[in-house]
Amino acid sequence: MTAPCNDSAQKGETMEDYNFAYLDEQTKRMIRRAVLKGLAIPGYQVPFASREMPMPYGWGTGGVQVSAATLTPDDTLKVIDQGADDTTNAVSIRKFFERTAGVATTEATAQATVIQTRHRIPEAALTEDQILIYQVPIPEPLRFLEPRETETRKMHSLEEYGLMHVKLYEDISQHGAIATSYAYPVKVEDRYVMDPSPIPKFDNPKLSDCPAIQLFGAGREQRIYALPPYTRVESLDFEDHPFDPSKADHPCDLCGAEDSYLDEVITDDAGTRMFVCSDTDYCRARRAAGHMGARGVPFEEGAA
Amino acid sequence: MYVAVKGGERAIDNAHAWLAEERRGDHDLAELSVAQIREQLSLAVNRVMAEGSLYDPDLAALAIKQARGDLIEAIFLIRAYRTTLPRLGASLPVDTSAMRCDRRISATFKDAPGGQVLGPTFDYTHRLLDFKLAADGEVPKAPEATARDEPTPHITGFLNREGLIQTEPDNEQTPPDLTREPMELPAERPLRLQALTRGDEGFLLGLAYSTQRGYARNHAFVGELRIGAVAVEMKIPELGFAIEVGEITLTECETVNQFRGSRVEPPQFTRGYGLVFGQTERKAISMALVDRALRWKELGEDDQGAPAQDEEFVLSHADNIQATGFLEHIKLPHYVDFQSELELVRKLRCAAGAEDLQEAAE
Repeated sequence: MTAPCNDSAQKGETMEDYNFAYLDEQTKRMIRRAVLKGLAIPGYQVPFASREMPMPYGWGTGGVQVSAATLTPDDTLKVIDQGADDTTNAVSIRKFFERTAGVATTEATAQATVIQTRHRIPEAALTEDQILIYQVPIPEPLRFLEPRETETRKMHSLEEYGLMHVKLYEDISQHGAIATSYAYPVKVEDRYVMDPSPIPKFDNPKLSDCPAIQLFGAGREQRIYALPPYTRVESLDFEDHPFDPSKADHPCDLCGAEDSYLDEVITDDAGTRMFVCSDTDYCRARRAAGHMGARGVPFEEGAA
Repeated sequence: MYVAVKGGERAIDNAHAWLAEERRGDHDLAELSVAQIREQLSLAVNRVMAEGSLYDPDLAALAIKQARGDLIEAIFLIRAYRTTLPRLGASLPVDTSAMRCDRRISATFKDAPGGQVLGPTFDYTHRLLDFKLAADGEVPKAPEATARDEPTPHITGFLNREGLIQTEPDNEQTPPDLTREPMELPAERPLRLQALTRGDEGFLLGLAYSTQRGYARNHAFVGELRIGAVAVEMKIPELGFAIEVGEITLTECETVNQFRGSRVEPPQFTRGYGLVFGQTERKAISMALVDRALRWKELGEDDQGAPAQDEEFVLSHADNIQATGFLEHIKLPHYVDFQSELELVRKLRCAAGAEDLQEAAE
């Protein structure tokens, strides 16, 4: 499983008719400029001329375009969706780059140089040699408070985030807690309020002081933003209601991990549940190392 | 025992194989050719070209075949293909007053130079299912007249001479390119028109209809609707002059709208404009009405808060490829976000003492 799985590339099924990684060099240059601008102004949403890709808007076109502009032939790519390498859309995007870029792919977080993700940050700590690329549906953290782009851009430029604090305060007065569990807003280096994409708030602490470059691509909304390595990222909260990166209060039933984000799976008609790591590579690696959860079975290499 | 679900890759391959089989349908029936679609479903082809922003009837017909007749899917195929095409250059603006019209009607003047030409329209057909078509679709050739060779000037030009309709100054500026620059709001009219011409026909139809029913009513008459072929010319640097590189069919609609005057403009007629690839007149008329509604600010009209007046609302939601992608993406797995919501709801219910409440209710 940890071996590169670029079968189709080896079979020579790369698409010769298209440029490396699908996009033409001019387009990639335009995207790289937006990425560099984003890195220079952490958390600021840079407009870019997003292209129509051969997968639908809303299915990762922003992440795919940033990946296409970032990949080199020597890179090793990992693609995850919901933390898993084998969810259908992750498979589809990985295949796309196998065909159009012929790059090596992997499921092992540590072996990847570029990781495209939807909704999760891998559990394993990232390194300075890695780039994490997020797929972003709605890049604007203020969007559901103010639907107009013309207004929200003004609010960012004036650093006018009062509306967001009022929303969080109203949550507390109504529910006793901040009722946002994913896409939890953060403030970057004390300046821009940023949407971390719909990752669970459990992942928010990993955004901060991360050695890897983090890039965010929103294709339909035509925005790119970025966090350079070791950027300070704080989840919005109040002194008397500090941020709480909660998760299900269970260990993983397969690998016994207590520190990983868990998916809840219904296993029979009676509604019996089990909790398993959402990061499939993390879970696999732990089981390979001999860890076992309450309902796990001894790990066999190559088994599902 | 639960085993982590594997096999997404095989599932996708098999789904694609099944899809291909469904597309082909019953093998006892002859396969539909791309040429048949191009010739016999030409209005579908026109819509795909218009909203796909690529004038190529053969590719549009191929896309319709591949998409099993789902036109938005076909438009998507064309858009994705269009991304990969290099830009060789830009043509000169097409001259629609020199159009070779197949159809040209005006609702504001009984007759005008160039005449009223009905052309191939459904307008006065009775919508009765023609069961003969089910058996035999062959038709005799339509009678032919000699082509009119007089010029066909724009109807609004006649109103212009009296100063009755607002003039549109030619500012000589190169319009921005929606497909090469990120959309910036507020948008100038050239950018709005670009977005509208590739916007979803149904969405624009609904918006245009809403203006007729009073949501920013602007009293539109079809001043002129013309459909026909125009020459596409390109300036070749090596030659130093423009040559004709091809011909495309366009539908152009100019509406004449009542206008009582405002603080900044005297009473006069104003116009809305629609220009769309192919024979696509429902779209072109809708476009003209929405264009006119969006011009409230420059004409000093009141903002009635109507959807069709709201530039940001219209431009952000007119593109069906953006809309369908985002709408359908909620089919993708959201286990992680849903899980965090589950935990939050449990926690909030716990804090609210939901179990006590339930017991009390029982």
